[in-house]
Amino acid sequence: MKTIELTTPLDGKLLAELKSGDKVLLSGEIYTARDAAHKRLVALLENGEELPFDLEGAVIYYVGPAPARPGQIMNSAGPTTSYRMDVYTPILLDHGLKGTIGKGPRSRAVRESMVRNGAVYLAAVGGAAAGIASTVREAEVIAYEDLGPEAVRRLVVEKMPLFVVNDTAGNDLFEKGVAEYRRNR
Amino acid sequence: MRELNVAEITRAVKELSIETNIRLPEDVKAALRKALQVEESPLGREILQVILDNHVIAERENMPICQDTGVAVVFLEIGQDVHLVGGSLEDSVNEGVRQGYTQGYLRKSMVDDPVLDRKNTGDNTPAIIYTRMVPGEKVKVIFAPKGGGAENMSEVRMMTAADGIEGVKDFVVDRVSRSGGNPCPPVVVGVGIGGDFERCALLAKEALMRKIGEPNPDPRYRRAEEEMLERINNLGIGPQGLGGRITALAVHVKTLPCHIASMPVAVNMQCHADRHGERTI
Repeated sequence: MKTIELTTPLDGKLLAELKSGDKVLLSGEIYTARDAAHKRLVALLENGEELPFDLEGAVIYYVGPAPARPGQIMNSAGPTTSYRMDVYTPILLDHGLKGTIGKGPRSRAVRESMVRNGAVYLAAVGGAAAGIASTVREAEVIAYEDLGPEAVRRLVVEKMPLFVVNDTAGNDLFEKGVAEYRRNR
Repeated sequence: MRELNVAEITRAVKELSIETNIRLPEDVKAALRKALQVEESPLGREILQVILDNHVIAERENMPICQDTGVAVVFLEIGQDVHLVGGSLEDSVNEGVRQGYTQGYLRKSMVDDPVLDRKNTGDNTPAIIYTRMVPGEKVKVIFAPKGGGAENMSEVRMMTAADGIEGVKDFVVDRVSRSGGNPCPPVVVGVGIGGDFERCALLAKEALMRKIGEPNPDPRYRRAEEEMLERINNLGIGPQGLGGRITALAVHVKTLPCHIASMPVAVNMQCHADRHGERTI
């Protein structure tokens, strides 16, 4: 298992070298969005309107953090389950999104779109939320404050630990990992 | 007849909501440590270590284990010789949730309307409240914050007597198999059998309250639990679904009598952050 340091915005050439199963330490700006924010973002795209952040080379982290205490940058912030965003993801990838972070497998349509667009899907450890928060250096709400935990936040992360699930060649760590350890009775 | 002010219930709910979200029960931590020893996949072991490290960070920093601090599920066992005074019982529970989730900096995850508005209620109320009258003059409050990821992988199936115990086992294993990495494995699997449509779903949730390692009192269901656990851990799903030996920490079955025509079965999935706590007032 290789460990690769990546910085956002993601560079297409570097992404092509990532392999499913690699470990990634991600640094730079990323954006948070989950169900309700995705619905609004995709509605903007469909109406030809501008998004609250630049999608080119961007990374979206599927998370709704716990509210920060006074003086705290980020409270617990682990990944939410990704499949709920599957319906919205291909159009975001078609508009320049290069990476998504969540937990659990993606649909065939998302996987095909990632191959077509040279994008990757990265897994964070679900439930390891206090540890992940310690890699967040800055956090601010940039859109949809009314959504509370589901608002879009700009985060600056430093060496956020992730695993490459889907690489640009179409490999899938869920399929590979489960096949390796499945025992038939 | 003992008089009890509902403010006591508010206080218990508030304290439990904060405590359960920061500190896991010892039986769950022990099960995860054991999983780390047994796990064959190097990636699986690494994930389990990250999960165990996270418990330490959460307790040290006073942070929730998981950002999904759940819907507030509250079981109340009310002694029939208790006279509750000082206001409405339901309001007192919701006030405890409101105070705990606000003052504890826990995430508010409830929306007011499930389909049309989906506006966050802002204080994690209303709670899901189950009350049961029991003998005595005490009130027991069980608090179980339930995350959405695992709850979404749960299912009720109206099976038939002909399906038998083998049918139950196949359904449970299949439900876990179809869940893959979504419910944050390693999971605890709550299985309710019997009652009726809605009661068996509640049974499955009640089954999750049993301590890991505490055997089922019925040896036949104990064997069924062991067999289901073995089959689940042969699925290869592993920690976080990325492959490995440990997909579930335990399978807990709870049963009730049911109609001659029916055999309702419910599977309630619980993520590895198996949070629950109780207080007796």
